[in-house]
Amino acid sequence: MTQQINISQIKGRVTRNKIYKGIFILAISLAMLALATLLYRILSQGLGYLSIDFLKNYPAPYIEEAGIFAGLMGSVFMMCITAPVSIILGVSTALYLEEYATQNRFTRFIQVNVQNLAGIPSIVFGLLGLTLFVYLLAMGYTLIAGALTMSLLVLPVIVVASQEAIRSVPKEIREASIAMGATKWQTIWRIVLPASIPGIITGAILALSRAIGETAPPLIIVGAAAAIYTIPDSFLSKYTVMPIQIYSWTARPQEEWQFVAAAGIIVLLAILLCMNAVAVWIRNKFQKRY
Amino acid sequence: MTAANVFSIEDFNLWYGNDQALYHINMAVPRKEITAVIGPSGCGKSTLLKTLNRMIETIPIVNTSGIIKYNDNNIFEKKQMVEELRTHVGMVFQKPNPFPKSIYENVAYGPKIHGIKKKNVLDEIVEKSLRGAAIWDEVKDRLNQNAYGLSGGQQQRICIARCLAIEPDVILMDEPTSALDPISTLKIEELIKELKKDYTIIIVTHNMQQAARISDKTAFMLNGELVEFSDTDQIFSNPKDKRTEDYITGRFG
Amino acid sequence: MVNKQSTANISVQDMIKQNKKKKNIGNGIEKFVPIFLLLCAIVSVLTTIGILFTLLRETFSFFSDVSLVDFYFGTHWSPWTDHFGGVAPLIAGTLLISFIAICVAVPIGLASAIYLSEYATERTRKVIKPILEVLAGIPTVVYGFFALTFVSPLLGNIFSEMRIFNALSAGIVVGIMIIPMIASLSEDAMSAVPHSLRDGGALGLGATRFEVAIKVVLPAALSGIIASIVLALSRAVGETMIVTIAAGATPNLTFNPTESIQTLTAFIVQGATGDTSFHSIIYKSIYAVGFTLFIFTLIMNILSQYISRRFKEDY
Repeated sequence: MTQQINISQIKGRVTRNKIYKGIFILAISLAMLALATLLYRILSQGLGYLSIDFLKNYPAPYIEEAGIFAGLMGSVFMMCITAPVSIILGVSTALYLEEYATQNRFTRFIQVNVQNLAGIPSIVFGLLGLTLFVYLLAMGYTLIAGALTMSLLVLPVIVVASQEAIRSVPKEIREASIAMGATKWQTIWRIVLPASIPGIITGAILALSRAIGETAPPLIIVGAAAAIYTIPDSFLSKYTVMPIQIYSWTARPQEEWQFVAAAGIIVLLAILLCMNAVAVWIRNKFQKRY
Repeated sequence: MTAANVFSIEDFNLWYGNDQALYHINMAVPRKEITAVIGPSGCGKSTLLKTLNRMIETIPIVNTSGIIKYNDNNIFEKKQMVEELRTHVGMVFQKPNPFPKSIYENVAYGPKIHGIKKKNVLDEIVEKSLRGAAIWDEVKDRLNQNAYGLSGGQQQRICIARCLAIEPDVILMDEPTSALDPISTLKIEELIKELKKDYTIIIVTHNMQQAARISDKTAFMLNGELVEFSDTDQIFSNPKDKRTEDYITGRFG
Repeated sequence: MVNKQSTANISVQDMIKQNKKKKNIGNGIEKFVPIFLLLCAIVSVLTTIGILFTLLRETFSFFSDVSLVDFYFGTHWSPWTDHFGGVAPLIAGTLLISFIAICVAVPIGLASAIYLSEYATERTRKVIKPILEVLAGIPTVVYGFFALTFVSPLLGNIFSEMRIFNALSAGIVVGIMIIPMIASLSEDAMSAVPHSLRDGGALGLGATRFEVAIKVVLPAALSGIIASIVLALSRAVGETMIVTIAAGATPNLTFNPTESIQTLTAFIVQGATGDTSFHSIIYKSIYAVGFTLFIFTLIMNILSQYISRRFKEDY
């Protein structure tokens, strides 16, 4: 008797397990369905408007002539400033925290501060940039003001990624270098940095690709404009970037502009995809060498 | 003139924070001989070894008292630059730790950081060091390959070659064969005996047979104290201290 | 066999000694580098100080023109009129969006996390995790476009009174955006629950995977899960582009999701892109709103860190 009750009870539990497993799979499928729908919509709307001319044209009042060239080049020029500034600052901060800092309150403070910076909404960085770079340093609504704002925004991400990469270099090979009579900096420069550079680059590419995609909120604040008919020719040029350009097309009331926006989104996503592919490739190629 | 003893350690004490790890060590390490340091785990033998090239100072909470003379100069004196000391006193570690670079770059590392840049000089040094570490024939055709592709025993000999490249005076070895298989261990032991002609070698080992096989002098340490230090034959055949006898006859540790 | 003299008849040690004379430059670098690195590290601290300083300065200046009580308790937001109004409609809009987002993201994110950590095979994980990463890597301007051009018309077919710009479609899409965050951070927390606890504690006694997930893994990983939700909530509160594009620009003290509303972030965008001159009242007001937003997200970030640290299980 008891044996039978147990079996039917177990059957019920097993069924319940199966039902819930189905629910979990359903949930994760929903998330993937959302992604698929999003990509399908954008491709179906935008592909028709994507052409070489679209890549080469400046924004224009007519759909047929509108293009993303100004935004594309603006994003590229911005990266030319943001990448070196944020990588130098980020890697240096990581090196200081991992190699030089003694464990004290000040070090912990910097560490916690970096974590909290990563959690501040990007638009607040825009407000900082507006006061500091645009007004106080009198840069105005220029490329350099935007690029420096972006540098500060991605800095915490690069610091954290670099710290992880540096920490993964085994203690033993540092000791080997020190025991050869190498100084601390020689050890860092010739051993630690080369060994951690794949991790640092992967982290930096991912951070910068985010920066390219997520530039919109802070850059709207520090004055990237949508209607730009030239590419930047100096640090003090006016500029636009891809997300801002897409935003301004999306915001137009006539429905046709949606298709132009979708074409712009395809270009943006293609660039991000390439950057991420490179990052993943570097990560896989250099993974686990110790 | 250089003294007969490479190192003379005089009343040396060491603390990790508040815990004393070495007590009143007195010891004179003879030149161009192999000195083995044995003792159970945690007896302070590795600590003592790492003190000789001041690697122990990479741990921030370490405090010391007493004198360690290297060629009559106290290594703790202000004017003694640690980097210079370490060019004279090289070290081979417990686990093979080559750099994630080519075999060539591994061996050329020491000369390079000390400012030797000429390609032909470096080539010479690399070949000589690899020959010195008895691994030249195995790797001469693949000097540009990553050292991580080698076996554990080969890696350890690369590490020895890397150490030889700056022609140190003393080589400290911290259980250099404990991570290796018996055949690799044998090769390293033969190499160590060969190196004795030109270098003073101090080797920490938990393997008493190894100490007996290769060393000229043996020091036995226990709980941070140097219990006995004399000729290896003497230690193993006729130890003076009861604790040494207990240890080498396997009664503890 | 080992010959200490190199063929050039100079020993390596002699060469090193000769090079020592040049060492002074090296010593300079050795002293300069840590100072340089420290200065770089201080930039991140200065950034925080800079944010606090700029926000506080303009906010104080703003409150000398507008009463703090009116600003925080006023229920009508009309910054372009003489009577400035209160920020409550913006806060309500932000909360409404965040609430909808959490309602979407927590069930889906948690279910995904449970599936990934308890059910999925290694191969399935290898497929699904990168897809979630892609979802996390989609720029928010793209999500905004999706909300406005797809989700909003779709919902319009269901709810007849739905506006084109509405809180519901923006909130749902913000929710989709934060799913990967909840899923991956919660999965990390669940995967950290040791196998001994699962096998010995339950699976070995004949419990089903579902029972193990609910009775053993969820409670053990609870702090990590809550921390991930709080962090995702903070992202939703600070989210800008989706709500600017899809939720509208109508400050509206309502909790009706079909209405057009405005969030704190969307107002900042509106205030900064309009014809705002330096030190005008609108200019100052975006800092006061930004400060409010900053405090919101700061509290949530600290809370999240506190939860995950304070309740970190010692397995």
